[in-house]
Amino acid sequence: MNMWPDSVTLLVIACAVVTYLTRVSGHLILSRFGKVNHRVEAALDAVPTAVLAALVAPSLVTNGWAETLAIVVAGLVAARFSLITAVAAGLIALVLLRLI
Amino acid sequence: MNSAKLHDARDGVRDALPVFAAVVPFAAVFGALAVDAGLSVANILIASATIFAGASQYAMIELLGQKVPPWSIVLTVFAINFRHVLYSASIGRHLKQFSRLQKALAFFLLVDPIYASGEARAQRGTLRPAYYFAYGAVFYSTWMISNMAGVLFGAIVGDLSVYGFDYILPIYFTGLVIGFRRRPNFLPILIVSVIVSLGVYFTVGSPWHISLGGIAGLMLAAVLSKPEDNIMTASEEGHEHVA
Repeated sequence: MNMWPDSVTLLVIACAVVTYLTRVSGHLILSRFGKVNHRVEAALDAVPTAVLAALVAPSLVTNGWAETLAIVVAGLVAARFSLITAVAAGLIALVLLRLI
Repeated sequence: MNSAKLHDARDGVRDALPVFAAVVPFAAVFGALAVDAGLSVANILIASATIFAGASQYAMIELLGQKVPPWSIVLTVFAINFRHVLYSASIGRHLKQFSRLQKALAFFLLVDPIYASGEARAQRGTLRPAYYFAYGAVFYSTWMISNMAGVLFGAIVGDLSVYGFDYILPIYFTGLVIGFRRRPNFLPILIVSVIVSLGVYFTVGSPWHISLGGIAGLMLAAVLSKPEDNIMTASEEGHEHVA
């Protein structure tokens, strides 16, 4: 019978603290500056595009053609329709392409 | 609760719904893998409840199996979650309606989908606590329940790739990215971030491609910026109408 909390619990708590620090620090650092330069503002406005794109990029090339095409389909559908439609279209494309 | 808050909360729940299909398998598989890796149920639930960052939790259990020193596991979690520093700086500008305590909780909940949805909400109008926390509550409870289901029924989760569930997250994130296509210089920023991310991924390796690819895109945005381009200034003046 293992005692709890154990060393893994401590590791988990350390990971939780580090994760919370990443989530709060950007704001704490930025709020020390009052009005920021338009270039900083533009960079912050680009965060969702740039970081999410960097996150997805390897998925475009590290698997087969089915996976690459499913992502392209999802992206094209998202440009015209809602997010949930795009996800559904991407998934259907993936399942069908994997059958081929 | 007044009707404006109710309206905000309803929108928050509605916007969180597409995430379901992505989060349920992601959380369930984490639960199943963590059981396989020999973690106790208490530790698995504490991890999901307090870290609340799926990709880094996967890396954590993977490294626990490799018997590497604990500090290197914490460092890996930090590296994977470093993108949140950027999310935090970015969305912090839109939390003017939040009290200090609400901000502290909002940053705890700052996962990729809630960040992207919060940004999109702020772009359309005002991001208010009722919206953010309704979204967060749906997301967090789904995450925890699915995680528990994975712990309990891991063996019957089986091979999710048959239904394409293993690829929902990349597909979902792709849809989120395209949602920001009307922002200034969207396409050049997207292309540069993807190219640098791939370059780093195949040389330095994961997870640095996320932060470095992202930062490359931000630097391009800063270089290309003109003073009048700013989206929040534009939307405050009512010039921007995003579908």
